[in-house]
Amino acid sequence: MQTAVQITRNGKPALPDSPVSFSEKLGGAELYSYAIDTLQVNVGKLCNQACKHCHVDASPRRTEIMTRQTIDECLRVLRDFKIPTLDITGGAPELIPDFRYFVTEARKLNAKIIVRHNLTVMFEPNQTDLPKFFAENECEVVCSLPYFLAQQTDAQRGAGVFDKSIEALKKLNAVGYGIEGSGLILNLVYNPTGAFLPPAQSSIEADFHRELLNRYDLHFNNLFTITNMPVARYLDYLRRSNNEEKYMRKLLGAFNPATIEGLMCRNQISVDWRGRLFDCDFNQMLELNVSANLPQTIFDFDLEKFARRPIITANHCFGCTAGSGSSCGGAVAA
Amino acid sequence: MSYYNEEDLGRFGEIARYKPELFEKFMAWYQACQEEGALSKREKSLIGLAVAVTVQCPYCIEAFTNSSLENGSNMEQMTEAMHLASAIRGGASLIHGIQSHNAHDKVSM
Repeated sequence: MQTAVQITRNGKPALPDSPVSFSEKLGGAELYSYAIDTLQVNVGKLCNQACKHCHVDASPRRTEIMTRQTIDECLRVLRDFKIPTLDITGGAPELIPDFRYFVTEARKLNAKIIVRHNLTVMFEPNQTDLPKFFAENECEVVCSLPYFLAQQTDAQRGAGVFDKSIEALKKLNAVGYGIEGSGLILNLVYNPTGAFLPPAQSSIEADFHRELLNRYDLHFNNLFTITNMPVARYLDYLRRSNNEEKYMRKLLGAFNPATIEGLMCRNQISVDWRGRLFDCDFNQMLELNVSANLPQTIFDFDLEKFARRPIITANHCFGCTAGSGSSCGGAVAA
Repeated sequence: MSYYNEEDLGRFGEIARYKPELFEKFMAWYQACQEEGALSKREKSLIGLAVAVTVQCPYCIEAFTNSSLENGSNMEQMTEAMHLASAIRGGASLIHGIQSHNAHDKVSM
């Protein structure tokens, strides 16, 4: 269901302009979820970084973080509805006071835990033992590293981020993350450092394996390619650099119907720091709530109502359907 | 006004207006050349960029810069490709200096 909500950002539409709407591109067909395998919880906007492409607008100055009460509700939903995967994101989720409580309690429920980790947070006060903590709780760690060179990484994520990220990856490798046979999964995320689409996932993954091994003796499991969504800071960048129209034409031209089946909104639900529910983390940042006839918060969650629900879409959704597609788990189509 | 307009790249299809069958054949050939084959798409994009710089086509330079980035190349790799093409072009000029040597020798004692 294409949203009709008009939202603004810095006095301009918060959604990109497109010659054809996402709904038109789907031929008017509704997009529905088919299951809920993943509860993705965005625990807040607080982050030690302020990346140029961040769709969350996260930074060290943000104060919005999830309370223990809301975390307990997420845990209750995981337990009561036996949702197999908890995907914790932010901001830098590790910075909220109850992060470790959330992980250890979810672990007791035998949920698979994914933590979206920015690497540099490991060097913040009281965070140096994160690799050990992740390992003890068998978290799957998904780390942002937009490129295997400093120039591109620092251009997107801030000066000095690349060197710190490499140090953090060495510490994760040291406790077994990314090492064959350890069972500890370390995945990396590539996203383009500009107004272009990601390369084929398998091809750039091979480059990352080769370059990180040769240059830094680093190991990891998989690389996920993620397309930059034309929202928030990335949309600001597109507008500043006069690339909005070109980027949208690029996304539209690369629209791939084969991605629809694997879109992440179809088998997950997204929770914000206040406990409100969304079809994905991008909709969350755009404040595009789940369909109005559904419960709006985790406190009223009901699996039956959500497993097959209409998905709220808008023009930013072209970001997930371009080329091989994009999701929090990388490409979704060959 | 510049003779080259960025928007014209998006209008390339208009070349078909007076001779559609030739443009169709050209596009089929052009696209087939860029498909993955014995060479990867990335290698082909880098060749395309090097040639584009050599023939100094601003449209092709933009298109193959984007295509190289979208196939995972970085500016260091792309710059090496552009240098190689430019060096070949420079060498192709310089080898003609031998013609000058020959001409000189013909008229010199």
